[in-house]
Amino acid sequence: MESGRRSFLKIAGLSALGLGVRPVIEVLASGEAAKPTVMKGENILTAKRWALVVDTRKIESEEDLEPMIEICDKIHNVPKFENKRHEIKWIWMEEFKHAFPTQEHEFLDERVEHLPFLTLCNHCEKPACVRVCPTKATFKRQDGIVLMDFHRCIGCRFCMAACPYGSRSFNFRDPRPFIKEINSKFPTRMKGVVEKCNFCAERLAVGKIPACVEVSNGALIFGDLDDSESEIRETLRTNYTIRRKPALGAGPSIFYIV
Amino acid sequence: MLEKALTGSKRYYGWIAALLAVIGVGFACYLWQLSFGLGITGMSRDVSWGFYIAQFTFLVGVAASAVMVVLPYYLHNYKAFGRITILGEFLAVASVTMCILFIFVDLGQPMRVFNVLLHPTPNSVLFWDMIVLNVYLLLNIVIAWKVLEAERNNVAPPGWLKPFIYISIPWAVSIHTVTAYLYCGLPGRGFWLTAILAPRFLSSAFAAGPALLILLCMIVRKFTRFDPGKEQIQSIAKIVAYAICVNVFFFLCEVFVVFYSRIPEHMDHLTYLFVGLHGHGVLVPWMWASMILMVVSIILLVNPVTRKNETVLIVACIAVFVGTWIDKGLGMISGGFVPNPLHHVNEYVPTVPEVLIALGIWAIGFLVLTVLYKIGVTIKEEIAGLT
Repeated sequence: MESGRRSFLKIAGLSALGLGVRPVIEVLASGEAAKPTVMKGENILTAKRWALVVDTRKIESEEDLEPMIEICDKIHNVPKFENKRHEIKWIWMEEFKHAFPTQEHEFLDERVEHLPFLTLCNHCEKPACVRVCPTKATFKRQDGIVLMDFHRCIGCRFCMAACPYGSRSFNFRDPRPFIKEINSKFPTRMKGVVEKCNFCAERLAVGKIPACVEVSNGALIFGDLDDSESEIRETLRTNYTIRRKPALGAGPSIFYIV
Repeated sequence: MLEKALTGSKRYYGWIAALLAVIGVGFACYLWQLSFGLGITGMSRDVSWGFYIAQFTFLVGVAASAVMVVLPYYLHNYKAFGRITILGEFLAVASVTMCILFIFVDLGQPMRVFNVLLHPTPNSVLFWDMIVLNVYLLLNIVIAWKVLEAERNNVAPPGWLKPFIYISIPWAVSIHTVTAYLYCGLPGRGFWLTAILAPRFLSSAFAAGPALLILLCMIVRKFTRFDPGKEQIQSIAKIVAYAICVNVFFFLCEVFVVFYSRIPEHMDHLTYLFVGLHGHGVLVPWMWASMILMVVSIILLVNPVTRKNETVLIVACIAVFVGTWIDKGLGMISGGFVPNPLHHVNEYVPTVPEVLIALGIWAIGFLVLTVLYKIGVTIKEEIAGLT
């Protein structure tokens, strides 16, 4: 009896040791050749820091923005809920006083006061959502895009509390029955995970610019902030732009010409 | 020692059965939540944390407050508290258990909870909260159990336990500090973005927890032959008295900074809670009730004549507990989310299944507490030769 227990403990201890050592061995044993390589698409669009300029001078009413929102919802399988509490929003419209709550005043010109502003994830330079995520389910890519791993997210919603722009949504219930037409090229989500705008990372990978930009008739300018020759840099050089809540230091990558 | 929990009076079993019934209802509601999603709660895109996280926050405080009986006994050799340290520690065990359960039921994908260990992320405060809470739970289980065992065998507690007891003292402070850091480091939430949040949490904890402990001591005295002691209760009452004073003082500091600076992002939340904002003010009566309860309890507890009257003391302790519960268990979390960062006012009210799940967890906490107190108190009775 005694020896049986002792040998059992020995084996259990050795097994535990073996399991613990395995990752170390894997690291030491694997040479350069064994490392998995990430294949890049032929037409992939790359950048140091993707950004977007919203030229509100080219927007007159909600009708101008609707196609951008519609195409995004359609290709990303964003559900439509009747219940406002369960709402999922990737890109949507806000009045100036809500998009820029700290810059609003009572003498705003009429155009700006009633103009719909496009709001979406700011893909911040220093994203608070990434800082607080306990599982790295939300992370910043090398090209500046803040992404979500829907399969790792535990649904703690810390990122939603951290985001100062209200850009994140949570699947309070199974979204699939509420998607009008499922796009099989993009994953649908399950209940209990957070989601948001991904700057069309799946389109950039195949050489396409974000869908909202494509249908914007020039109201949205997308490009690499690091490339001084790019259209977006030229736009920023020659126009006065503002960002949402600049005092927080998050460094949004969405700029607005007002 | 566990066997002591298995034998008891009819009343003991009746109480356990009642708790189990509440747990059962809560569990059924949780199964519903598990299959439907968190959509059965009142939470929304704007108020993304609600009743569960608020209960968690409040109970971390109750758990931390065990230090208020442990510290005087072990660091200042205040002998009287030796009788009741395990009551404080067992309360901490029950409270942390509830905290962990409240976090668990709040997760959208609970089956992925171990991702927190699989992908450890030290820049997330939640990662640290998981560590401090679990270690604190373990510390209190081990310490209370070994001390009680030693007491039963009429020997001194083992020497190796001392370092753990000393560690448990700053650790208690850490659990509520880290919990406050969950909120006060978030850039867009003016209500929480204040350095006094952790001190406020601690002061309300050191009022609410010991107030509950006094009530529990009174219950133990009424229903068992073990008397936690008049002196002990009076000493805890003084702790509650000054902690609730400090809590109200810290709150007033916050009110001054917010309303004298008049920065809207900070002011709007307190305005929402106490007078309502743009016609929304579901929490207004609650917040004023909380303030009144705290002020009344200060008057009753600071004045030695009323504090020494045990009937009045019960009233004061209930006032402290309910007052701080409203403040933290209702106002603190949803108040931070309303108005939202875009300055929309979308209010939050918990739904019935949400409250039932919360009640189920409270019942689990009380079940753990009942079992542990039963064991502790039976052994104390034995030592005193009362059985």
